[in-house]
Amino acid sequence: MKTAVIVFPGSNCDRDMAVALETVTGKAPAMVWHRESELPGGIDFIALPGGFSYGDYLRSGAMAARSPILRAVSDAAGRGVPVLGVCNGFQVLTEAGLLPGALMRNAGLNFVCRTVPLTVENSQSLFTASYKAGEAIDIPVAHHDGNYFADADTLERIEGEGRVAFRYADSVNGSARAIAGVLSDAGNVLGMMPHPERAIDRAHGGTDGLRLFEAALGVLA
Amino acid sequence: MKVNVYVTLKPGVLDPQGKAIHHALEGLGFGGVADVRAGRFIELEVADGTSDADLDAMCAKLLANTVIENYRIERP
Repeated sequence: MKTAVIVFPGSNCDRDMAVALETVTGKAPAMVWHRESELPGGIDFIALPGGFSYGDYLRSGAMAARSPILRAVSDAAGRGVPVLGVCNGFQVLTEAGLLPGALMRNAGLNFVCRTVPLTVENSQSLFTASYKAGEAIDIPVAHHDGNYFADADTLERIEGEGRVAFRYADSVNGSARAIAGVLSDAGNVLGMMPHPERAIDRAHGGTDGLRLFEAALGVLA
Repeated sequence: MKVNVYVTLKPGVLDPQGKAIHHALEGLGFGGVADVRAGRFIELEVADGTSDADLDAMCAKLLANTVIENYRIERP
């Protein structure tokens, strides 16, 4: 199992993500700089970490989505390689058109930084197969632009196709239908604002994020 | 050649920043404001003869996120 973490200027959760991947796979991920135009060979899993890539200039994730490495990530996603985007990584995936919708400024305008309860909506995806449908889990959020928006037709479509992976159980940021995580059409790309990599060790205050990595990396507990 | 690009939120997309500006205006005693929508203004200095198609592509590919935003290109 070879994994990769894409690192942009301004990424700040790349090392947390690397720890999560190494904890579960036993092997350190390749850290791939944004200027690279190719991924290392044989990558089985790609993570886009949280942070403030390119200082959130223009729009959160907008610059990163146009960086050279994103073409390689997009090609890999097209071949079915699992891609997980967390927080800024989710913003990058929507800006790159790999996931529907957009992430706007939080409805309350405040940066929200706390552990929030989520409901697992889809427990059939490769990322969520270790959870039960409807299960309540606690995962930290830390974002300013997490207010998920998509037009009414898109919302109907992704709901109908079971592509809402997680929903906030509380009011967090004004997201349409309290959507916290969205899957791609083919199901191999997941974007989510909450940080599962910050909930993999008891010292984090909870381990509800660990099962996401275990499911996605094929080492179910 | 200077080109102005105006990026605005699509109608129907909630604008929390516009709302906050609206509240702040009311707080300053400006009562006659019905609504505020905040957008972005971008000045481009481009080669003379840059085509409309190129300017449009710049907006669609980067300057605006067409999921939530409209754009308007203004040549002086």
